[in-house]
Amino acid sequence: MNSTKFAPWADPEAKPLIRFQNVTKRFGTFTAIDNLSLDIYEREFFALLGPSGCGKTTMMRMLGGFENPTEGRIELAGKDISGVPPNKRAVNMMFQSYALFPHLTVWDNIAFGLRRDSKPKPEIEARVAEMLKLTRLEKFAKRKPHQISGGQRQRVALARSLAKAPKLLLLDEPLGALDKKLRQDTQFELMDIQEKTGTTFVIVTHDQEEAMTVASRVAVMDEGRLMQVATPDRIYESPNSIYVADFIGEVNIIEGTATPDGEETYRIDWADGQEPIRATSARSFATGEKCALAIRPEKVTISADRPAEAVNAVQGKVLDIAYLGNISTYHVELPSGTVIKAQTANTRRISRRSFTWDDPVWLSWTVTGGVLLAE
Amino acid sequence: MRRFFLIAVPYLWLLALFLVPFIIVLKISLSDTALAIPPYTPTLDFSAGWQGIKEFLTGLDLENFVWLTEDDLYWKAYLSSLMIALISTALTLLVGYPIAYGMARAPEEWRATLMMLIILPFWTSFLIRVYAWIGILSQEGVLNQFLLWTGLIDQPLIILNTKIAVYIGIVYTYLPFMILPIYAALDRLDESLIEAAEDLGCSRLSAFWLVTIPLSRNGIVAGCFLVFIPALGEFVIPSLLGGSGTLMIGKVLWEEFFSNRDWPVASAVAIVLLAILVIPIVLFQRNQQKQAEAEQ
Repeated sequence: MNSTKFAPWADPEAKPLIRFQNVTKRFGTFTAIDNLSLDIYEREFFALLGPSGCGKTTMMRMLGGFENPTEGRIELAGKDISGVPPNKRAVNMMFQSYALFPHLTVWDNIAFGLRRDSKPKPEIEARVAEMLKLTRLEKFAKRKPHQISGGQRQRVALARSLAKAPKLLLLDEPLGALDKKLRQDTQFELMDIQEKTGTTFVIVTHDQEEAMTVASRVAVMDEGRLMQVATPDRIYESPNSIYVADFIGEVNIIEGTATPDGEETYRIDWADGQEPIRATSARSFATGEKCALAIRPEKVTISADRPAEAVNAVQGKVLDIAYLGNISTYHVELPSGTVIKAQTANTRRISRRSFTWDDPVWLSWTVTGGVLLAE
Repeated sequence: MRRFFLIAVPYLWLLALFLVPFIIVLKISLSDTALAIPPYTPTLDFSAGWQGIKEFLTGLDLENFVWLTEDDLYWKAYLSSLMIALISTALTLLVGYPIAYGMARAPEEWRATLMMLIILPFWTSFLIRVYAWIGILSQEGVLNQFLLWTGLIDQPLIILNTKIAVYIGIVYTYLPFMILPIYAALDRLDESLIEAAEDLGCSRLSAFWLVTIPLSRNGIVAGCFLVFIPALGEFVIPSLLGGSGTLMIGKVLWEEFFSNRDWPVASAVAIVLLAILVIPIVLFQRNQQKQAEAEQ
């Protein structure tokens, strides 16, 4: 990224490449997409994230031309593309199963789309060579898909879908079939290729880590609706609903009632016999309004004594410890029965753990540590 | 040792049901016809000992095979059989492919029923089904009466006892053998491959030519062989539907055996037919093997 931040969605002048306008898609009585509007800009790496059945694949198939919206319109570069068949769209798709043609070599697979445009032979050869180089597949050009590894197949699928230099590339769970290590390497490769080619990428995934890693913006979907569309850090740090907070990463949800207490600060009365919590919120809450405080485990500090200047502190005992190598997660049970997770980084090698099971501990967090959400 | 027995079972089966009968037929084809029971000489007489075996061997010759080249009836019958088998294989493919394609594209819950419908005719005797075609195709038959009734024709068509009737009979009888392997190939075809082809710029039709057809090639080849091989030696269909005008080697073979009672010549005809059939059978085996290797 260069010094000027890439954020066309913040620029009111910017024209979106893709525009969903009140799109609804029904299959029989089932509503897969429910009156959804969304703008995606050029050169974006946009992730559609959600559990299976949330409608993210339907969104992608509508962009690819395999489904048509029941209502509303989809624009690509200002033109309505509803009803335009897949072979007439400047959109290419990388399929979840890769859909490589088993009877053709890697070279012929990549050349497949170029040949359909009846381009001159030298031009096709040059483009295929370029794609093979981009995806580091030169050595495998003569092989058939069943003669190469899963990671190589994934790169062939990518090369094939990029060969026609589409305006928009759709990636349907592109890394789902790879093992974790390879997946992480490939994520960076994908970002690299996306930057090099300057193509707009729309990726569908159910893996939140993957979406956070690769995407410039993430759309969290549920039941055919967009829950939140924002940059990965905003999705993580300021989710707009309990659903989004809960779907992305780990979170503690503390439910209670809000009382205004100073500017943008609220007192939250939660469990009986517990001290009220203080938290800031840009969204205003009325006195006595039900609310939920979402706080990430890494923002909760664990200590043996009550920290002197802590605004929010609760006491409990260690119920469980999950050691993950780089971090440890402590599950702390409060007297009311609520379990709160706190994370500490294991910054020192083989240091003795300060706390063990059933130890009484204090949990504390700052007034800005959590996000106050409406129920 | 256990492995040896396991392998021995199919080999013994082949030995008893193929190799032994084949040697007997081969031996008869090298004999001379005779007015006796059985109607050929020499016969092997073990009671005469070594001398008997020697006499038996000197009595064998290739006379009958030479005879097959001298009378033009035989090579004409072989050629005509090849032509009929080739044309009817092509026709069966033309009829069978769309049916297999339709079955593979049908909703999941329909497929078992459709498969049942394809196999259903096997529940009735093959002979009865061929006789039924006589009832349909004859001049007073169901088809002609229907066409006359609709006014499409004013003279009954002559179909029975022509080659057309033979083609109809073969296509009808062997259709399942064409449909099943093609259906199996198309059923395994991943729908996303077609979508990928369309995504990369193919129309529906060109996606069919460039993806569906090449990927069902093995099914097509298997189906063609499964129709061609039995059709080449077919006897019942040409003799019931083809009339005297249709020359096929299966019919010639039957007549040599049962009308002429010339077992040695009939055996020679059978041996040559087998030799001709070995070529497509070997090709078929190689296709199957290649397919199995590709799937690994």
